[in-house]
Amino acid sequence: MIRVVLPAHLRTLARVDGEVKLDVAGQVTQRSVLDALEASYPMLRGTIRDQVTRQRRAFVRFFACEQDISQESPDEPLPEAVASGAEPFLVIGAMAGG
Amino acid sequence: MSRVRVLVGTRKGAFVLTADGKRERWDVSGPHFGGWEIYHLKGSPANPNRIYASQSSSWFGQVIQRSSDGGKTWEAVGNKFAYEGAVGNHLWYDGTQRLFEFARVWHLEPSLTDPDTVYAGIQDAALFRTTDGGQTWRELPGLRNHPSAPAWQPGAGGMCLHTILLDPSTAGRIFIAISAAGVFRSDDAGETWRPMNRGLRSEQIPDPTAEVGHCVHRIAMHRSRPNVLFMQKHWDVMRSDDAGESWKDVGGNLPTDFGFPIDVHAHEPNTVYVVPIKSDSEHYLPDGKLRVYRSRSGGHEWEPLTKGLPQSHCYVNVLRDAMAVDTLEPCGVYVGTTGGQVYASADAGDSWTPIVRDLPSVVSVEAQMLP
Repeated sequence: MIRVVLPAHLRTLARVDGEVKLDVAGQVTQRSVLDALEASYPMLRGTIRDQVTRQRRAFVRFFACEQDISQESPDEPLPEAVASGAEPFLVIGAMAGG
Repeated sequence: MSRVRVLVGTRKGAFVLTADGKRERWDVSGPHFGGWEIYHLKGSPANPNRIYASQSSSWFGQVIQRSSDGGKTWEAVGNKFAYEGAVGNHLWYDGTQRLFEFARVWHLEPSLTDPDTVYAGIQDAALFRTTDGGQTWRELPGLRNHPSAPAWQPGAGGMCLHTILLDPSTAGRIFIAISAAGVFRSDDAGETWRPMNRGLRSEQIPDPTAEVGHCVHRIAMHRSRPNVLFMQKHWDVMRSDDAGESWKDVGGNLPTDFGFPIDVHAHEPNTVYVVPIKSDSEHYLPDGKLRVYRSRSGGHEWEPLTKGLPQSHCYVNVLRDAMAVDTLEPCGVYVGTTGGQVYASADAGDSWTPIVRDLPSVVSVEAQMLP
């Protein structure tokens, strides 16, 4: 079970409170987690990754185990602590704007 | 007695205002989608309880919301706006060519007859349509594939397709406007397009009378007379009597002919409203006074409407989609400001009252009639 923490605006959009829990088949990567997230919550499509390019949106960051892993390959395995559910995968709205 | 619903899009959410036909007491609901920019929301003429909203943010992109109960509840529908085929280029601020790139939906125009069909005007300029209530969107690529597209350039707010007018009497006729390209018309339901900018003069472009490149801010028509169009251009208030084939300046005695919105009285096709703004470098009202100007002669002669509007130290703006009329008798007129006020007139502009005064900056205002 993968735990995902969404920013407030996306929790509202997805109509969830607290963490989202996902079953991810196969290797646990940014891509497989986000694919599972969007499959369970289709209203989140396009809000984290661009609908066409599938690239991470510029002002969205991914944190795990107190590390910013936004720049890592979307197919890089996530830390074992995330894959085991011990630690969450955090989707963050970048600190930007006034 | 009919009721009226006013849909307000702001920089930080949407608000739904309702009143009975007297339009004296207003019920305010919202913010809906708090914290998100709501560029536009509009109800279906065929089913007023079907409302579509464009919700966006720099962080999380574009969301389209749909309500089937008049704005009480909402559901997110499709938000994939993918250009059809080769994307192509447009002119960038520095004179270079740049690929079209989707940024946001500026305007949603529901079909006059089908609640599930909606047109969307987007940035970078293109026209999309859904026929399944917003679940899927497909571009009408004939517009963006027009040979003039490489000469289109963004205005200060981005290269947006901001106006969509559906001709109620000529099947398949659609007018759109792009800032800064100008007006285009299709007579075949959006398959092919022609520029409709003859008579426009814009000193801000190298050839002031070019076929495209004009920063048209808004166009408006009256349902009973769709061949007559009114335009608020970057500078100049214009009128066409031949469905956009040619335009003439009708700014007349306006204190300034720069501005953004323009609209037409619901029952008097020759009565037109604008909100003059001091200049394109200041973007606020002249003399610190909010004055809506009305022409009862289809242009040229304009009168300031001031009763109930602030007449000192007022430096707001009224954006292009932030004026609307209702179809009650007398006609109601609504103006939303960047200061967060929505002013309403229940007597065609003779007098005004703020129906809300401290919202986030208002981007769009639409009025709906309810049974």
